[in-house]
Amino acid sequence: MSAASAGWGADVRTLLTLEWRRERRAPQVLPTMLLFSVGAFVLFRFGLQDGSIDGTLAAGVLLVTTLLAALLGIGRLWSAEEEEGGLDAFRLTPASAAALVAAKALALWSFLVVLHLVAVPAFAFLLLSSSLDAGELLRFAGIMLLLDLGIAAAGTLVGAIAAAARSRELLVPLLAVPLLIPVIAVASQAVSPLLEQHGGSVEGRWWLVLALYDGVFLLVGWAVSDGIVED
Amino acid sequence: MAPAPPATAPAAPGVQLDGLIRRRGERLVLREITLELPAGGTLALLGPNGAGKSTLLRVLAGLLRPSRGRCRVLGHELPRERHAVRGRVGYLAHEPMLYRDLTVRENLVHRARLLRAPIGQVDELLAATGLQRRASFPVAALSRGLTQRTAAAATLLADPELLLLDEPLANLDPVAAEQLGALLDARPFGVARTRVIAGHDPDAALAEADLVLGLKDGAVALLAAPAAITDAEIGALYR
Repeated sequence: MSAASAGWGADVRTLLTLEWRRERRAPQVLPTMLLFSVGAFVLFRFGLQDGSIDGTLAAGVLLVTTLLAALLGIGRLWSAEEEEGGLDAFRLTPASAAALVAAKALALWSFLVVLHLVAVPAFAFLLLSSSLDAGELLRFAGIMLLLDLGIAAAGTLVGAIAAAARSRELLVPLLAVPLLIPVIAVASQAVSPLLEQHGGSVEGRWWLVLALYDGVFLLVGWAVSDGIVED
Repeated sequence: MAPAPPATAPAAPGVQLDGLIRRRGERLVLREITLELPAGGTLALLGPNGAGKSTLLRVLAGLLRPSRGRCRVLGHELPRERHAVRGRVGYLAHEPMLYRDLTVRENLVHRARLLRAPIGQVDELLAATGLQRRASFPVAALSRGLTQRTAAAATLLADPELLLLDEPLANLDPVAAEQLGALLDARPFGVARTRVIAGHDPDAALAEADLVLGLKDGAVALLAAPAAITDAEIGALYR
């Protein structure tokens, strides 16, 4: 490993540690996302006719809730950098802008994974009429990990663009929803057979489209990181 | 401070500005500023509130782009060569640039890691700024004076060649001001450190500067060595 890439990796670790330390010290993102998701599932439980769903409807409820919860996380992702001068302090150091963007994306990804570790069992308990065997559960987890990575990659860019604006709260949903609709729609297509009463399999093309979406936004994030952080 | 290898004084000027202009929207915040500060020299920035002192410091720190004109810092053109000066410029701003929920030590260790500064430097600076007993306090729990000391410690972590100081002793009690003033003046191993200090104390500025720049509405109202400046000129700057 070259000294430059070792330094880059160390910077990402340092910045990711900071994100989790701040979240542990003053929890903001995770409790908000969790409370929102579980609250939405409870509302659906009482709002839907028999309170029990499967297939496409179950996928839709789970993923739309994920999208809305993610918006809360995206909105807070860059707040300390703007409000507490963290971005200026960072820009005085030799660390690369790509390291900061990567750390932010990893932080959001890890927050979403933790969200799903809690929210999906709550969803299954409150709403899901079907059950998943071990193989289906693995495929479901794989889809959700790819979905979360896509949301994190696109959301990090949106959060950075919105952070500098005065009306950040308005800008995040305006920018994020159109960008995230494709990944939510694809993930919904991918997981709905797994949530059917009698199970099903995920079509290979959905895996590919999800991985492609993630790859494109990770690449865009890396390419524009300097512009985002410096300007 | 950890021992640093003695170095020869760099040949390039510490700061070189040529017709520097900075706009904010339609408004000119800095108008045609031209000056040269030799490496190791101290420039005092004076002027009333809103004169453009903090904007000039942000341009020198590489945090704002010049709208027109040339800005060279430590021999490098900004913003094109800004990566070459990162970690070599320390900027103590009005805002402390610290994470409020983290402790004093956590903030300094985080900054030291990104600056590639030895972590041992953190303890030395905590001692030098009198913050050892408060190292485990969250920054949010500190008074403004203690926050300013923490910010100063963070600024000095990488032993910067150029120090940009925006009212560095504001909010400090006399003892802390003397302690921090000495730390900011320190020139380890006789190696010259270039400094640009913005403030509202003309006497202090004239006493420690090699060059004084007075700004009024973003334009140069005064640029001279301290010995050549009269009380009337200082007075006119603030009228």
